[in-house]
Amino acid sequence: MSTTASTQDSGGARTEVQREQLSDVVVRFAGDSGDGMQLTGSQFSNTSALFGNDLSTLPDFPAEIRAPAGTLPGVSAFQVRIADYDIHTPGDAPDVLIAMNPAALKTNLGELRKDGILIVNTNDFNKRNLIKAKYEANPLEDDSLEGYRVIEVELQRLTRQSLEELEIDNRSRDRCKNLFALGMVYWVFSRSLDPTIAWLEKKFAKKPVIAEANIKALKAGYNYCDITGVFQTRYEIQPAKLEPGTYRSINGNSAFSLGMVAASRRSGLPLFLGSYPITPASTILHELARYKQFGVTTFQAEDEIAAVCAAIGASYGGSLALTTTSGPGLALKSEAINLALITELPLVICNVQRGGPSTGLPTKTEQADLLQALYGRNGESSLPVIAPATPADCFDAALEACRMAIEHMVPVIFLSDGYLANGSEPWRVPEVEDLPDLRRAFAERPAEDDDSFMPYRRDEKTLARPWAVPGTPGLEHRIGGLEKEDVTGSVSYDPENHERMVHLRAEKVARIADSLPPLEVTGSPEGGPLLVIGWGSTLGAITGAVNLAHAEGLPVSRVHLRHINPLPNDLGEILARFDKVLLPEMNSGQLASVLRGRYLKDIVTLSKVQGRPFSRGEILAAIRQHLES
Amino acid sequence: MSEQATLTRKDFQSDQDVRWCPGCGDYAILKAVQSVFPELGIPREKFVIVSGIGCSSRFPYYMDTYGFHTIHGRAPAVATGLKVSRPDLEVWVVTGDGDALSIGGNHLIHTLRRNVGVKILLFNNRIYGLTKGQYSPTSEIGKKTGSTPLGSVDAPFNPLALALGAGASFVARSVDIYQKHLVETLRQAAAHKGSAFVEIYQNCNIFNDAAFAYMTGKAERADANLYLEHGKPLTFGADGDRGIRLSGVGLEVVRVGENGVTEDDLLVWDAHAPNAALASLLAHATPPAFPTPVGLFRAAAQPSFESQVVGQIESTIEKQGSGSLESLLRAGETWTVD
Repeated sequence: MSTTASTQDSGGARTEVQREQLSDVVVRFAGDSGDGMQLTGSQFSNTSALFGNDLSTLPDFPAEIRAPAGTLPGVSAFQVRIADYDIHTPGDAPDVLIAMNPAALKTNLGELRKDGILIVNTNDFNKRNLIKAKYEANPLEDDSLEGYRVIEVELQRLTRQSLEELEIDNRSRDRCKNLFALGMVYWVFSRSLDPTIAWLEKKFAKKPVIAEANIKALKAGYNYCDITGVFQTRYEIQPAKLEPGTYRSINGNSAFSLGMVAASRRSGLPLFLGSYPITPASTILHELARYKQFGVTTFQAEDEIAAVCAAIGASYGGSLALTTTSGPGLALKSEAINLALITELPLVICNVQRGGPSTGLPTKTEQADLLQALYGRNGESSLPVIAPATPADCFDAALEACRMAIEHMVPVIFLSDGYLANGSEPWRVPEVEDLPDLRRAFAERPAEDDDSFMPYRRDEKTLARPWAVPGTPGLEHRIGGLEKEDVTGSVSYDPENHERMVHLRAEKVARIADSLPPLEVTGSPEGGPLLVIGWGSTLGAITGAVNLAHAEGLPVSRVHLRHINPLPNDLGEILARFDKVLLPEMNSGQLASVLRGRYLKDIVTLSKVQGRPFSRGEILAAIRQHLES
Repeated sequence: MSEQATLTRKDFQSDQDVRWCPGCGDYAILKAVQSVFPELGIPREKFVIVSGIGCSSRFPYYMDTYGFHTIHGRAPAVATGLKVSRPDLEVWVVTGDGDALSIGGNHLIHTLRRNVGVKILLFNNRIYGLTKGQYSPTSEIGKKTGSTPLGSVDAPFNPLALALGAGASFVARSVDIYQKHLVETLRQAAAHKGSAFVEIYQNCNIFNDAAFAYMTGKAERADANLYLEHGKPLTFGADGDRGIRLSGVGLEVVRVGENGVTEDDLLVWDAHAPNAALASLLAHATPPAFPTPVGLFRAAAQPSFESQVVGQIESTIEKQGSGSLESLLRAGETWTVD
């Protein structure tokens, strides 16, 4: 919470209320998984986005839909950072923590900034809940909250009271207490209630009494602060100075879904998604299932293998084919991905990475499928791997994945992660005519006397084979997983042919690097003592950390990789210009091992595998350390 | 149509040398398919043969149509994606007992459950051929093979009962060497909208020779086969005097003229019954207690998967118009920065 200005005004007759300008603030809502924390956090984010702040969110929820109420594993949290300038991360330590029960307090207090604001629902601090949260003594009654600005509120009692007149039971009343808390937070940050009221009216259009209850609770929370003077200060965060344009708040899975629909329109190919539900990728299936108006076919298959195989069938038939999954599902799809690879059919495989191995941490983020994406298949099977950097970037990266797949007739792995999938940020909506043109013609009926259709005759530049879809007269041919003879595509066991085909398939992918833009080095492109290199979702934390380091005058540079395979042509030269290279990644050093092998350059890994993204502070500390030593 | 009307068996023969073992039952099936396709009045380029892995799955290479030799067990899944996205195509799946019932069992039952409009020809030779003779999920208990030197101990699948259990709307059985019967069965499958499942008993003369001799042998054939014909009583035997009647909740073999049994007591076969219970009873009618039923077990009219999936998309576009990408990208709450 950084203060840029401070003013004072009179808050009416009751008490003096200060008004303070903040540049940015980090708020975390934490409660039981049944407390509606994701909804509360999203509403606060949306309202702030509509106000014009830049923002970045970090939802954090358990894998269980409803873990036993009140327990530590059942805590669900949503962190959002809002700012009046361009930010890159959801923030390190929260400035404000809303704890709905003892378990939420226990699991989140450790990260609250010293002197931070802590809003606690005291009604939930009964003996039973304290035991469930493994508290030996009530933290509200000893000195464990010393050093924080504690606001104790009887959320349950006050919410019930505010809804007394409504003909609903107490259980329904209690379910509105998150809105009471949200109303309080809106008061503290001088936010309008209107966007949330409009949202509630729409969401509960068929249950007006529930809408009314939620709206009443929201207003009651707001008025409670107004009347009681429980806070001495109200904060204001001005709109951020973003590039002109139309904006909306978007998370990574949604941006990816829109990117695929856009790619379908820009290629003129119908979109087909074959998918099997898996966290944290399922919301892509849900979203695309709604886009029937755009001719999108979604197929919920019987398993991960059928999902990718159906997509391959659709690609063969001339659709823009997609399959979506997370790590364990990618493992199941490997054999089929190689079928697309050897039959040279375009396919996008979206892997929203989560904590592994095995079932691992389904709802937490990780980047540990990188080597699986690159190498997790039998035989020599190089395919393009693209990693989006921010939630909104999933839109552009989806279009690029489709471009590679269609232009080069190849399966492409899109390597997102749980942090990008669920995190949101403002997105400047592009103009449709500015989007890339992805049209590519199918192979056409040959001339009457031409009997020589060659399914594996390649384009000289891209090395792509023709896309010959069934139904085209005169192009009847057979493809399959057995090795193909160069040009004719007939089955071939010839040793030299096999080697040639292995090289051709690899070369086709390698040539994609020629179409990539040069890398941008921030800091000193000419070289220096330290380069921080990142890939995928670590962009925000690395950018934030390097900006902080630059503010301290530290000679550090950074570069970010979106293309993991093929690697950009200029990467080797860039690495060579720096004495040391630091690579933060949410795995044990997977990209580092790839880069070492490829460029014979030592890479220092900054590893984090806790199911949570890097904080700026962690990376900044590593930058300082490596510049000193 | 004039072009299609002139298609012949030869038009469906590819330039590839057929490389099944001499004497393999697959040759007869290939011949039957190549005989039926030209009759259907469908342009050649509309046919796609999708296969998995195994001897049978080499089938697409020998057909001069579009063909996709996929991976082990997954042909029904690939075919589903193709048919749903291209309902205009005529998609046939060729698979074997290992491919369809072992590694690909899941895809088979779900394709049938959904009633995807693909024809599935299951070549059942009750053995693994391409991997050299291991027992398969349709091998009889006690099968001695390289992987089961003391005999297999697990019970086999009954493919037709499995298909009916999965809700298949078309189920039939034929035999490689019953060429006329096979051709007729394939015709019926081709005419069916929705999933058509055809089990074809196929002799592997290398690893499981004479597996079906108990019913295909000249001496045995009349008494060991029960030819199912819609609307006709279930009779069999050299003299046609034996038949099948309902007995309690099961079936019973009877002889007309004995113990007061008349032809009126015999079950009249209804292949189009909406309820698959009787078809299921027949699928469980196995030798030696019963002759082996061959022919059409079930052909029920049910909407195909692809017609419903496409229907949802078409009716949405009809009601709401084709979507505007501009509006979609700007959906929800937006704000403007000047």
